[in-house]
Amino acid sequence: MSRIGRIHSLESFGTVDGPGIRFVVFMQGCPLRCQFCHNPDTWEVDKGDEYTPEQLATEILKYKSYMDFSGGGVTFTGGEPLLQAEFILEVCKILKQKGISIAIDTSGFVWNSWVQEVLEYTDLVMLDIKNFDPNSYKIITGVSLNPTLKFLDYLRDKGINTWVRYVLIPGLTDNLDNVKELSAYLDNYPNVSKIELLGFHKMGEYKWKELGLEYKLTDTKEPSAESLQEVKEILESNGKIVSVNS
Amino acid sequence: MRQEWYEFKPGSWTTDINVRSFIQHNYTPYEGDDSFLVGPTKRTTELWDEVSELMKEETKKGIIDAETKKPSTITAFGPGYLNKEKEVIVGFQTDKPLKRGIMPNGGIRVVRKALESYGYTLDKTTEDIYVNSRKTHNDGVFDAYTEAMRKARHSGIITGLPDAYGRGRIIGDYRRVALYGVDRLIEDRLEQKKLLERPTLGSPDIRLREELSEQIKALKQLKEMAASYGYDISQPAKNSFEATQWTYFAYLGAIKEQDGAAMSLGRVSTFLDIYYERDLKNGKITEEEIQELMDQFVMKLRMVRFLRTPEYNDLFSGDPTWVTESIGGMGVDGRTLVTKSSFRVLHTLYNLGPAPEPNLTVLWSNQLPEGFKKFCAKVSVDTSSIQYENDDIMREVWGDDYGIACCVSAMRIGKQMQFFGARANLAKALLYAINGGKDEKSGEQVGPMFAPVTSEYLDYDEVITKFDQVMDWLSELYINTLNVIHYMHDKYNYERLQMALHDVDILRTEACGIAGLSVVADSLSAIKHAKVKVIRNEEGLAVDYEIEGDYPAFGNNDERVDQIAIEVTERFMNKLRKVKTYRNAKQTLSILTITSNVVYGKKTGSTPDGRKAGDPFAPGANPMHGRDKNGAIASMASVAKLPYKHAEDGISYTFSIVPKALGKNEEERIINLTGLLDGYFNSNGHHINVNVFDRETLLDAMDHPEKYPQLTIRVSGYAVNFVKLNREQQLDVIHRTFHER
Repeated sequence: MSRIGRIHSLESFGTVDGPGIRFVVFMQGCPLRCQFCHNPDTWEVDKGDEYTPEQLATEILKYKSYMDFSGGGVTFTGGEPLLQAEFILEVCKILKQKGISIAIDTSGFVWNSWVQEVLEYTDLVMLDIKNFDPNSYKIITGVSLNPTLKFLDYLRDKGINTWVRYVLIPGLTDNLDNVKELSAYLDNYPNVSKIELLGFHKMGEYKWKELGLEYKLTDTKEPSAESLQEVKEILESNGKIVSVNS
Repeated sequence: MRQEWYEFKPGSWTTDINVRSFIQHNYTPYEGDDSFLVGPTKRTTELWDEVSELMKEETKKGIIDAETKKPSTITAFGPGYLNKEKEVIVGFQTDKPLKRGIMPNGGIRVVRKALESYGYTLDKTTEDIYVNSRKTHNDGVFDAYTEAMRKARHSGIITGLPDAYGRGRIIGDYRRVALYGVDRLIEDRLEQKKLLERPTLGSPDIRLREELSEQIKALKQLKEMAASYGYDISQPAKNSFEATQWTYFAYLGAIKEQDGAAMSLGRVSTFLDIYYERDLKNGKITEEEIQELMDQFVMKLRMVRFLRTPEYNDLFSGDPTWVTESIGGMGVDGRTLVTKSSFRVLHTLYNLGPAPEPNLTVLWSNQLPEGFKKFCAKVSVDTSSIQYENDDIMREVWGDDYGIACCVSAMRIGKQMQFFGARANLAKALLYAINGGKDEKSGEQVGPMFAPVTSEYLDYDEVITKFDQVMDWLSELYINTLNVIHYMHDKYNYERLQMALHDVDILRTEACGIAGLSVVADSLSAIKHAKVKVIRNEEGLAVDYEIEGDYPAFGNNDERVDQIAIEVTERFMNKLRKVKTYRNAKQTLSILTITSNVVYGKKTGSTPDGRKAGDPFAPGANPMHGRDKNGAIASMASVAKLPYKHAEDGISYTFSIVPKALGKNEEERIINLTGLLDGYFNSNGHHINVNVFDRETLLDAMDHPEKYPQLTIRVSGYAVNFVKLNREQQLDVIHRTFHER
C-alpha cells in the first residue's frame, strides 16, 4: 500500500528553484513559522490535495523532455517537504529509475530515517539557513537552529551537493557580523557549491491576511541593492560562489 | 552557365526554374555564434531616424497621405524616395513613403469608407468606374451569396471572410526574379501557355490560358517598374546588392497591386546569403556592407502600408501587413538551413530596434545549431519580436523550402497557395446546438431548425449529438461560402504577379479556421465532469449557465479535457474534408484567431464553461486565461497535443512571461527559454509566440504611449505595436495569463 502525500500545488515551469527548468512540487505542511514566509498557506499539515506516489510521479514524468533539454529536474519544496519524507522517498524511487534529477528545498529541521533515505536519491539540497544567530533564528522561525546545522554536517559527510539559501531581511537578518560568521562557518563545508542570497519581498503578505494571520513585517522594506551587494561580498569572501536574486 | 552565376554549383536549377535546387547546391550552413554581427552604418541610422519621424507623424494623424484617384498597379506610380543619398535599397508602393494606394478590385465601398475615415474623398470618376463599369470582387461575391451565407456572416458564426478585400496569404517566389531575371520567367510562361493549346479547351484550360497571359503582362510591368528606378531586372542579379534589390522589387510589385490581408515574403535570407558569401569570398563586400543591405531591406519591409478601414484595424489590432519571413530550419539532408544571414535578419531588431514587421518567424528544430538557438532566445528575451514554428513537423509535410504565410500557414514556396478562409466560431456553434439552431443573442433561426435542449441540466451525450449536427451544417455552409469567395477573387481580383512567381501546376489549400476551441473544450468538460444548469429567457432561449462543482479545464495537461479538444478538432476537420471545394483545393484547418478573439467574444453569448456573454475568447489555441493552474508548461503541453495532421494550416499559441519568472539572469533566461522551446516542439507543439515583459511595463505604456513607440508584443501569430492597440485590446493582453511565479 502506498503512502498518501499532501500537496499544496504544482508548478510545471519553475526556473528559480534549482538549475534549468524544474517541475516544482509545493508540499503541504511546515513545522517552522517564519515571519517572512511567502507561502503561509502551506503551513497546515492537513490541507492540500492527496496524491499517491505513483500519481505524482506520473504527473512529473510528463515533463521529462523539458527537464532534459534544459538540464533541469524536479524540486520538492513547500512547506517543508521532508515532513513527508516517507512519501517523497517513494516518489524519488520511481523518478530515479527514469533518470530525473532531484532537488530538495528544506530548512533541515526534520530528521529521521526516511529523511536519510531520501537524501540517498537527492542530487541537490537547497538548505535554507534563515539566520546564523541561534537566538534570532528562534525568534524568526519559532524553532531551534541546531537541527539545521547537524543536517549540514550530514550533507558534508555524505558529500551531497548543497546550495545554501539566505534571505536578506532588513532589521532581521542583515547583521553583518552574523553574516561574516556564517560565511566563515560555510568555509568548512566543501559540499556547499553555491550560496543563494535572496532579497526579502512581500509578495506573500496578502496570503497572511487571507488566512487571518498577523503579518509582522508590514513595515519592513525590501533590502536595497547596496545592502545586497555588501552581504554578497561578505559571503564571497571565503571563496564561495554567490548568486543574488532580488 | 550564365555569367551572372559564376562560381555557383550547377544543378537542376540551371535548366529548370527551381530555387530550392539552387539553395541546396550553393548555401553555406553556419553553426557558429553571433559574434560576427556588426552594428548599423551611419547612413542606415540616419535614414532610420527619418523613417521613425515619419512614423511618429503617422501615428498622430492616422495616415500620412493617400491616393484618391489612381488605382494602384505595378506601374501606376513613378519612382519614390525618402532620401535618395541614404537609401541603399529603393522602391515604395506609391510615389511617396508611407502614402497609401487604393486597390478597388477587391471592393470599391471599402476603399471609399477607408478614405473617408481619414478625411479623404474618393475621386468621383474613379468611383463611377468601379460602381458602373468595372465589377469588383466584393460585388461578385454578393451576387452569388445564398441567404444562409448572408445570415451566417451577419450572426458572426462565420466571420473575417475575405469577401470585401484582397484575400492575401499567397507568397510569390520573389527569389526567382533575382536568380533568373524576368525575361527567363516570361519565356517559361510562354512555353507553358503553348502546352495549353489543346484540341478541346474546357473552361479550366481557358481560365488558365487567360491567367498565364495576365501573368506575362504583370512580369513585363515589373521590369518597367524597376526600370523607372534605373535598374534592368530582365537578367539575373550579379551580386549581393542586385540579389537583394531584385528580390525586393519582385515583392514590391506584388504589394503595389494587391492589398491582401497578409502579404508574406517567404524564405529569402538563406537564399540571399549565397550571394553574400560569394562576394565575401572574393573580397567584393564587407560584413558592414552586407548588414547595411539587410538593415535597409528590412527598413523597406517595415514601411509596407495598405489603406484599411478603422474597423479592420480594430479587428486586427493596428495595421498588420504580415510581411512574414521564415528563418532557419533544417534541410531534408540533415544540414541546417541556418546561415549567417539568418542571424543578420534577426540582428535588424537591434540595429533598428524592435518592430512588429517584418513578422520574423524562426523555424525551430531540435537539430538547429546551439549558437543559433541561443541567439534566438536572446533576441526574444530582449525584443519579444520573434515567433517560432515547428520545423520538424512541417518539414515532414511540406519539405524544406516552405515559408509561412501570415501567422502559421505553411506553404511550399512557388508551388502552393491557399484560399484564405478566416474562421468559424465553434463556441457559437455549440450554443446553436443547445438552442436548436437559433442565435443566442438575436433569437433568429440561423442554423437548421431542430429540437433544442429543454432539460434543466445539460446532458453530455445529448449536447454532443446536437453539436455534431450543427457542425455538419456549418462545415457545408462554410466551404460553400469560401467557394463563392475564391471563385470571384480569381475572376475579379486575380494575383497575376504573385502567381507568375509560382509553378503553373500548384497545390491549393482551402484554409478554414476555428475560433473558441478552448471555450468549447471547457464547456464540454463542464457538462461532462460537473453539473451545468441552463438559464433561459422568456422565449425559452438558453442565455446563461450555472456550474455546480469543478471541472478539468484545458491548459492543465489533463487528458480528460485535452482529449475533448483533440476530438472536436478532428471531428470538424473530417466534416470539412467531405465537402467539395473550388479548384479541388485541399481542405485544411487553423486554430488561430489573430486578435479577433476579442470581437468573437463580443458577438457570442454566455457559454457553459462559465464564460459570460461578451467576454473575449482566448486567442488562437490558448487555454482560457486564469484556468491554467499548473504553470506555463502544463498550459503549453495541452496545446501541443492538438493534432497538426488535422490542423495543417497551423495551431497558434501565445506565451507571455515576466523576465524574473524565466530565470534569475540573462544567461539563465536564455538557457531556460531554449529548453522550453526544445521541449515544446519535441512534444509536437506547432507554433509559439514568445513575449518577455513585465505587466508593469504594459500598464505604464497604456498611460504613457509616447515613452514606448517601439514596444512590440506578440499576439496570435504576429506582432503589433502595443501602443497602437485600442484600450480594450490592451486590457485583454494584460489580463491574459502572465506566467510570473
